[in-house]
Parts: sequence; structure tokens; C-alpha cells
Amino acid sequence: MAEKEITALSALALGRMIKRGEVSAVEATRALLDKIKAEDGAYNSYICVMEEEAMKRAKEVQRGIEAGAYADSPLAGVPMGIKDNICTKGVPTTCASKILQSFRPPYNASVVEKLEAAGAVMVGKTNMDEFAMGSTTETSFFGPTKNPRNISRVPGGSSGGSAAAVAAGEAFYALGSDTGGSIRQPSSYCGVVGMKPTYGTVSRYGLIAYGSSLDQIGPITKNVSDCAAVLEMISGYDKKDSTSVKDASLDYCYTKALTEDVKGLRIGIPRSYFGEGLDPDVKETVQKAAKVLEAEGAVLEEFDMEMVDYAIPAYYVIASAEASSNLSRFDGVKYGYRTPEFSGLQDVYRKSRSEGFGREVKRRMMIGAFVLSSGYYDAYYNKALRIKACIKKSFDEAFARYDVILGPAAPTTAPELGKSLDDPVKMYLGDIYTVSVNLAGLPGICLPCGTDRAGLPVGLQLIGNAFSEKTLIRAAYTYEQAAASGGGR
Amino acid sequence: MKSYETVIGLEVHVELATKTKIFCGCSTEFGGEPNTHCCPVCSGMPGTLPVLNKKVVEYAIAAGLATGCKITQNCKFDRKNYFYPDLPKAFQVSQLYLPICRDGGIEIETKEGRKTIGIHEIHMEEDAGKLLHDEWNGCTLVDFNRCGVPLIEIVSDPDMRSAEEVIAYLEKLKSILEYLGVSDCKMQEGSMRADVNLSVREVGAETYGTRTEMKNLNSFRAIARAVEGERARQIDLLESGEAVVQETRRWDDAKGGSYAMRSKEDAQDYRYFPEPDLAPIEISDEWLAEIRAREPEMQEAKMARYQSEYRLPEYDARILTSSKSLADLFEATVALSGKPKEVSNWLMVETLRLLKEEDKDPSQIVFSPEQLAALIGLVESGKINRGTAKAVFEVMFKEGADPAVYVETHGLAMVQDDEALRSTVEKIIRENPKSVEDYRNGKQKAIGFLVGQTMKVMKGKADPGKVNEILKELL
Repeated sequence: MAEKEITALSALALGRMIKRGEVSAVEATRALLDKIKAEDGAYNSYICVMEEEAMKRAKEVQRGIEAGAYADSPLAGVPMGIKDNICTKGVPTTCASKILQSFRPPYNASVVEKLEAAGAVMVGKTNMDEFAMGSTTETSFFGPTKNPRNISRVPGGSSGGSAAAVAAGEAFYALGSDTGGSIRQPSSYCGVVGMKPTYGTVSRYGLIAYGSSLDQIGPITKNVSDCAAVLEMISGYDKKDSTSVKDASLDYCYTKALTEDVKGLRIGIPRSYFGEGLDPDVKETVQKAAKVLEAEGAVLEEFDMEMVDYAIPAYYVIASAEASSNLSRFDGVKYGYRTPEFSGLQDVYRKSRSEGFGREVKRRMMIGAFVLSSGYYDAYYNKALRIKACIKKSFDEAFARYDVILGPAAPTTAPELGKSLDDPVKMYLGDIYTVSVNLAGLPGICLPCGTDRAGLPVGLQLIGNAFSEKTLIRAAYTYEQAAASGGGR
Repeated sequence: MKSYETVIGLEVHVELATKTKIFCGCSTEFGGEPNTHCCPVCSGMPGTLPVLNKKVVEYAIAAGLATGCKITQNCKFDRKNYFYPDLPKAFQVSQLYLPICRDGGIEIETKEGRKTIGIHEIHMEEDAGKLLHDEWNGCTLVDFNRCGVPLIEIVSDPDMRSAEEVIAYLEKLKSILEYLGVSDCKMQEGSMRADVNLSVREVGAETYGTRTEMKNLNSFRAIARAVEGERARQIDLLESGEAVVQETRRWDDAKGGSYAMRSKEDAQDYRYFPEPDLAPIEISDEWLAEIRAREPEMQEAKMARYQSEYRLPEYDARILTSSKSLADLFEATVALSGKPKEVSNWLMVETLRLLKEEDKDPSQIVFSPEQLAALIGLVESGKINRGTAKAVFEVMFKEGADPAVYVETHGLAMVQDDEALRSTVEKIIRENPKSVEDYRNGKQKAIGFLVGQTMKVMKGKADPGKVNEILKELL
């Protein structure tokens, strides 16, 4: 099989062929590494590619498969990429920041342990916005990633490297992290599938925290089936993460939900998600997608969702507050960047942090320190927590009536490179359809549903109630199949 | 000069005696080579997360119940943010908004009588590491071994009025915590530390004066001295028309004085907020009841039992039970020797005297119950007399020497040979005709001198009773 054909496969298709002995894990890894070598110069999806280690690992996994191991792992031997804020033992984990440029964690994130146990082959660490703060992957210390669908455009962010790698065929799947839309929005821009699971579904142990109460790791894949398979592999209670959910009634068998059946599924469409600020092409494309689901038997209904207007300020207050505390440990003392010249302790702190962090990270840490400072705590942080509770309540009410909420993942398609960072508030407003899902701790999936007139991908977002990932996967899969066969039957 | 009242409140940090740290599985053992009791979690590596040690919560609850506190059944942790190299995460996980215990109090007794000192709150938190200054290489190194060792901070109300009350409160607190087994309360190892908040006001004033906070107090003696010193310093200021500045001061026990560390103006803003990495702690009624049921025999109960079971006077029972180590030593020795009164005497008189001389507390006693029981046995069997026993005890106290072996190797056993003793007494009578005459003339006291002379010649290795007997017979 030609390398070009291999890299065009989906993760599950490749996994099946490896199991059948039609392609080896070694060949697949070689093919992917060659593609990265040939093409990633144009996209900059990866911060670091671990060629030698990946090949060694592929041989090891291949031997295992031949010896009958990994029988229950449909993705054994399939090469993939990991966002660079997820700790990988002995492999640089930089958060795309100068301050962690030299950091090699002495431990694996729990998701990495799970992937290893399932026979995954990691080829490298993907680019991202510095410390996952940004919506374009332009705040990376290692330079921006470009959108494989149109390299004059951004891939979105912060998991832009992961989304671009999957879109470009430089990874069969990738892991991202989503604090306010960082999986769903780049998936929308790059035309791939991305899912942010319910808070507590995937262990955060080893994910370098941005906003601890909002962060979740999730899959970015070529299609819905791969998404279900990857999620199945990384989900589950982890005793190392006190916020991971321990509930015996959850079975995490998401691939079982890959059925075409949305008959009677109640889909709520918030009017405000289609109001002012939404690009007309995006609006039309997403509405058409809703019609596809309706044609498949789903029941659509528009409704008014309260509190959504407050989601962005509440999100930026909470995420920045947590970030200001989470990122304080990068102080030049223990690991990472230390300023070469200093006099005294305060100088080590000030200079290492001033030189090690980029603009956007500094901005959010300052916002965060401000909203937590005495005298402002109640006015900002506490109020944001109350809004968070109201938003959760508002979703609870909606899910009393609907199984799924449908909308766009982003108000526009991918913007041009270099046009976003000068106006941070405008950039923050682009998170309007995603942040409330994080504030409420809910699952959301984004899948491609067409293109705008410039040919750029548009993403369809489906939001579910807590732990209703299977419903989302079923709806997304049904849409994907229907759209592939010409849309609506 | 006007008459002033001192108002004192204490913040006491106590290290909990759990085997492992508060948020990871590392050992809490004291000592150990630098950075050998740490892992990615307690050294604050990026991406790591805390997992709460349930034992810490149980110990904090036990402390709260024993000090009459209300338990916050839905409590949570907060982050206290500040930069310092001994704090690897740059925040300490502590409790500000919902501390685990609130509104309790303990009763103390001083010369003035009994009094209740209010406990404002008890909260759980993690300890920080330690900076080691390497003078030789001119650099500072960090040891993370203490990072994440569980602490409770016990905050009193400003209810104390003198150094005596402060010491009584601390001793009571220490006793309670030792009895519960939640901490070994060793001030010298830093497992119990106190910060003193102190202000003065004119007697009868309704509002409090401006207070200072005194840190670095490493012994009860230092605390008593610091209280006296700070009281005098504040009164001097007020008397000379100056104001007390709200500040944190550091006590220098060697110099017997304190100096200002930082004023209220440069107090840090810790930007507390709820710790998002830990779920709120739900404490069920059942869990509370379980912890309550596990509460061991506390001082009051033990005191009553010592009086009824061992027939000890109340005073002795109180002293013996004032420290758990002393009470444990007492009970173990009584079990071996079956002589409660005798054991009590050794502990109450000789042991406490030597502890005081060496400024130690009962937890630092080195001799074993077996050794004390053996010493009591040597006296009972007449092998050594009381005078010798006291000398042996001192060696046992200081070096943990085995009394039987020591008596043997130093030839301290009493002379059992009656003939030898009789001839020595005869010799003393011959050499002291004046005293003999005095005695015969009815001066009973003179015999004491003759006994003393005999004991001197016998190098103390005779039974003074027997000497007395022989003397009376021969005279």
C-alpha cells in the first residue's frame, strides 16, 4: 500500500488493517513521519516530532500485535499526535512557551498511560496557543500553525496544531484540550471532528492546567467513529484526579453509540446562537445541517436560552483567575526558563517571568490576579461563579426539554493569519458559542457540515447534558452518514 | 503609670502525625536527606494534581471535637497565592472561607482559677519546604521534604491575658492533641509552632489596642519571654506617647528581643480562591460519629481513673496525666512493677526536676518503663538504698543506662555483710566519743551524725535503717 493511501485512512480503518496484517504499525508510522517531513514545514502543526522514538515504539507495538496483544484495542499501532500541554515522560512538553522550552516531565499524563496501554504510537507534540490561551495558535512561542485547508488562514486554537495535523493527514488522530472551546473551534476551522467531554470524564492528571475547573482533554479526529473510539480509550475514573468522576453506571463504551438513529430526538436551537454577529454563510450552513437531522427524524425547536450573554465575561474572569494561580509555579527556580542575569530572588522571578511568558499569557495572568485581589474578589470572581451557576441552571432547564442543543461552534470560518491578536476583546467574543459549555461542564462535539463561499470549513456544534456523550455521538454519526450520502433521505 | 491589660490570641500550627503527606503518598518522616521524601505532586510539577489524604480530615475533626468545635460538614480548600522558593506551586492549599472546625474552646487552670479560652477556628493546610543556605558556596538550596506535610492551624480567640495563661493554654492544647494521637507536638522539631498576637489596653477599655504578631517562637520558655517582652515594649511606646504599629515581628530568643519583619502596609494580598483541583469535603453524620467513637481516654478520664484505680492524690494524677508521654510511661511502669505510688514518686519528683533542669518535655524522656521498674525493684529488694537509687536514676535519665548493669559495674550494691557493718559502727563509736556522750546524755540528734559518719565510711552502700539499729544496740 502506498504511503499516500495509508495516510488518507481513518484511524479505525488503519487499526483494522494493522490487525489484519495488511499494513504494519511500522509502515503506517513511517508513512506518517514522511508526510510530516514533507509537508509540515508549510503548516507547523508539530512543535516536536519524535521520529526515532516513534519508529522504535511502532516496532514494539507491531511485535505485540503479532504476539496477540492489544486484542481489545481497535487503535493499536495507529500513530497520533498529542497537544504539547499534556505531559509525556522524557519528551519535551512546552505548552508552546519559552518558559517551558526545556521542560521534560519525569511522568506521563494519565491519558498518555491509557494510550500506551492501548498500543498507541505517538509521533510528536502538536502546536498550540501558549498555555492554551488564544483562539488562533498564533500565540505559540514556536510560531503560528497554518490552516491546511487554506494556509493564509489560522487553524483556530488553542488546539490548532492538533486540528491542523489531523486535517492535513499528519496524524490519524490527536488529543487536544478544551477550556473555552479549544478543541471545538479549531475543529470547526479545520473541518475535522473534535469533542470536549463532560468535565470529569477524562483525567486531567498531567494536563498542564490553564483553567482547572474548565479544562478537559478530548479527541480530534477525521470522523465521528474515530472520535468515539479515541474517547473510549481515554475516558474513565482516575484516582490521581479528584475531579474525575467515579460512577459505576458509566460504561464509556462510546463506539456502541455509533448508530444511525435520531428518530424523535429533541433538538433545541437557541435563537441567540443565530443572532447578531454570526456570519451569514455559517448561519446558513448550520441551519442546513439542522434540516438534515430533521429529515432523519429529529424534532427541531427554537428556544430562548438565558444568561448566554454573560458567558464570555464570566469565562474570562474564572479562567484567568485560575490561570494566574496555576502559572505562578513557573518562576525560574525549579524548572524551565531562568533569566541568565539577575541580582536577588525578586529579580529571578520578575525577569524569568517577563522574558519567559508571551503577551497574551501575561494579559490573562494580570486579569486573573486583579479579579482575585482583595476588594475586587466579590465584584468579579464571586460574581462570575454566580453566573456560572446560573448558566448551568439555564442548561438544566433546556435539557429538561431537549436531548441535544444545536448551533455553530464559532461565529465565522477561519480568519486570516495576523488579523486577530491586535484586538483581544474581539478575539474573546469569538468564543461565544463554546465557553458556556465549559462553564456548565457539559459535553460538546463539533463536526464539519459544509463550507462557506470561500471554501472554508464550517463546524456544527452539538451540546449534550452531562454524561450524554453517547447521545451526541449518535446524533453526530447520523448526521455524518446522512451528509455523506447526499444529505437527508 | 496607668495600669494595662494584655490581650493575647494564638495561632498554633500543628503537624499531623499521618504516615503520608496531605496530597500525595510521600512519607512525612522527620529528617531524611534533602529531597528524598518528595514526588511530582508535592514538588509542584506542572500538570500534577492533589488527592486528599482522608486521615488528615479525620485528625482535624478529632481535634475539633476534642476542643468543643462545630464541624463544618461541607467544607473545602482554598489556595493562598504567594511567591517563595520553598513553595513550589506558588500557592499553599489551605482553608479560608470554610474551615473544618469553628467556635470551640478549651478550659485552662492557672493560679487565678479556671477559664475558657475560645477557639475561633481550626483549618487544614499543607506545610512548605525548607531553604538551606549554603554559606560555603554562597547559594540557597531548597529541600521539598516538608512540602505537603499536613498541618492544622488552631486559631484562638483573643482571650488570654498573661504569659501564664498562654502557657497553660498551650500545655492543654498539646496534651489534647497528644492524647488524640493526631500530633506528637514536638516544638523542637517544629511539629508545634505558635504565633502570638498581642495588644495592650488600659484596664477597663472597651476596644482592643493595636496588635502585633510575633513569630519564630520555638519553646514554651521563648513564648513566655516574648509575651513579657512585647507587653513591656508596647506599654513603653504608649507611655511615651507613641503608637503601636500593626506589624509582624520576629522573636530572637538569644537576644531576648524582637524586631519588625513587615508592617501591615506591606502585607501581601494572598488572592485566596477556592482550590478547583479538589472536590468539596462532605462529612456525614456517620463519619463524625465514627470519629467520635474512636476518641481515646482523654486527660480528665485518666485523672479520675488514676485516683480510683491507683489511689493517687488528685494533684499527682493531674501532673502525671498532663502529658500523654508521662501518663503512658507511668502506666507501663506500673504494669511492670505493680507499685503505683512508687512509680508516681519517681516521675513526679526526680523526673520532673531533671526535665525542668534540662528544659525538656516528657516526650523527650529516654529511659524505658522496664528500666524504671528495674530501679524500683533494686530499692525494694534492698540491693541499693534510696540515695544510691537517686544517683543511678540521674544516669538512667541522662544516658538511658540500665540500672542493674550500672549498679553492678560501678559496685554500688549495698554491703550485705552484717559483720563488716558492725565493725565499722564500732570504729565510728570509738572515734567519736563526744557524740556518743551527747547521745547518752539524751541528745537524740547526735545519733544522726553517727549514722552519717558510718554511711560516709561505707561510701553510701549501707542501709541507713540498719546502721541506726546497730548503733542503738551498741550504745
